[in-house]
Amino acid sequence: MSPLVVLLRREISLAWGRGGGPLLAVGFLAAATTLFPLALGPAPGPLAAVAAGIAWVVLALATLLTIDRLFERDFEDGALDLLALGAPPLEAVCAIKCLASWLVNGAPLALAAPLAAIALGEPPHAAPLIFLAALLGGLAFAFVGGTGAALGLASRRGGLLTAVIVLPLLVPPVIFGGAAIADFAGGLDWARGLALLAAYAFAAVGLSPFAMAGACRNALG
Amino acid sequence: MISALRLSEVTLERSGRVLFAGLSAYIAAGEALAVMGANGAGKTSLLRAIAGLLRPAAGEIVFEGAADPGEARRRNCHLLGHLDGLKTARTTREELLFQARWSGADEAAALAAADRLGLSRQLALEVRRLSAGQRRRLALARLVSAPRSLWLLDEPLAPLDVTGRTLMGEIMAEHLARGGLIVAAVHDPLPVAARMLEIGG
Repeated sequence: MSPLVVLLRREISLAWGRGGGPLLAVGFLAAATTLFPLALGPAPGPLAAVAAGIAWVVLALATLLTIDRLFERDFEDGALDLLALGAPPLEAVCAIKCLASWLVNGAPLALAAPLAAIALGEPPHAAPLIFLAALLGGLAFAFVGGTGAALGLASRRGGLLTAVIVLPLLVPPVIFGGAAIADFAGGLDWARGLALLAAYAFAAVGLSPFAMAGACRNALG
Repeated sequence: MISALRLSEVTLERSGRVLFAGLSAYIAAGEALAVMGANGAGKTSLLRAIAGLLRPAAGEIVFEGAADPGEARRRNCHLLGHLDGLKTARTTREELLFQARWSGADEAAALAAADRLGLSRQLALEVRRLSAGQRRRLALARLVSAPRSLWLLDEPLAPLDVTGRTLMGEIMAEHLARGGLIVAAVHDPLPVAARMLEIGG
């Protein structure tokens, strides 16, 4: 069995348990979705106008919640040394860790996101687009969030640093995904927003492993 | 395959403080080097520098017989630090198989290593239920199951009992007989013939 497959299986099993796993992420999404109508008032008009935006922001925050400690345990218990000295390069290790987090947390979130958006007042026929956008957005959030988690390793207040570094990088996918859904609801061309979101997600997948590996090496040395 | 390890004029610094300067050593295949020194002298840092996790402030670390040092480290070097890299919530079997397969061994070799290290009855237990000595044996299983030429061992004997130390001596002797290299940071003498290197002070 290839070492990367072995690592992916381990990471998936660890991601189930880390910080509550997918239950925590989906629970957060459900809780936030429930709280917004209570705060904004139950009238369907204003709520429906911001439903897509709220669902997106909650999705981004739910991903951050699960990815914050992606490298910390491995760093503290010495497993990161072992991972750094395996046959595959550290860049691939970092990418696999983010990928596993996306599979375990991002995919259930993408399934839950259309339900949350519909509950807030989005039309039900938007569900496939919201699912697709949430899946792509989750991929971008996982890799960008992983970069923040790696950069926060060597500092004592890693969590705060992660938020400060990662937040600006989450802006483009939130804008692109939100725009795609809003354009769809308004009967406009939604493919542009989705294409930009996909481009951002693939750029994050391609570039952030190098940043993560560099940050990990720096923390180990 | 690494045929020899050469350290020439290596200087290591940690957060601006010089740990040691101008350290040179040569370890050929089949030889063991015992690195001695007071606490904080830089023994662990030296091992991490050889593993490529720390960059020396000056000097050179050369793996003879290997074209690319990065490749040599990733395929031919085991680092056993004082942290075992084990996840306490997973079972002994899961961690054994992960560490061995990640290092390039197959399942049969991993289970044989666990048997040899006296862990076959603990396989179903969570790692948190193991004693410190058993965890060290579990971490050693990847060295036994995945053959790599250079072993970097940080206090390998510390948590082991008498039988564990004897077993460790046999395992190290076999590794050296196969043409392996060992660099170990120790306070007590190694159970195999080794050259001594005193650092710091």
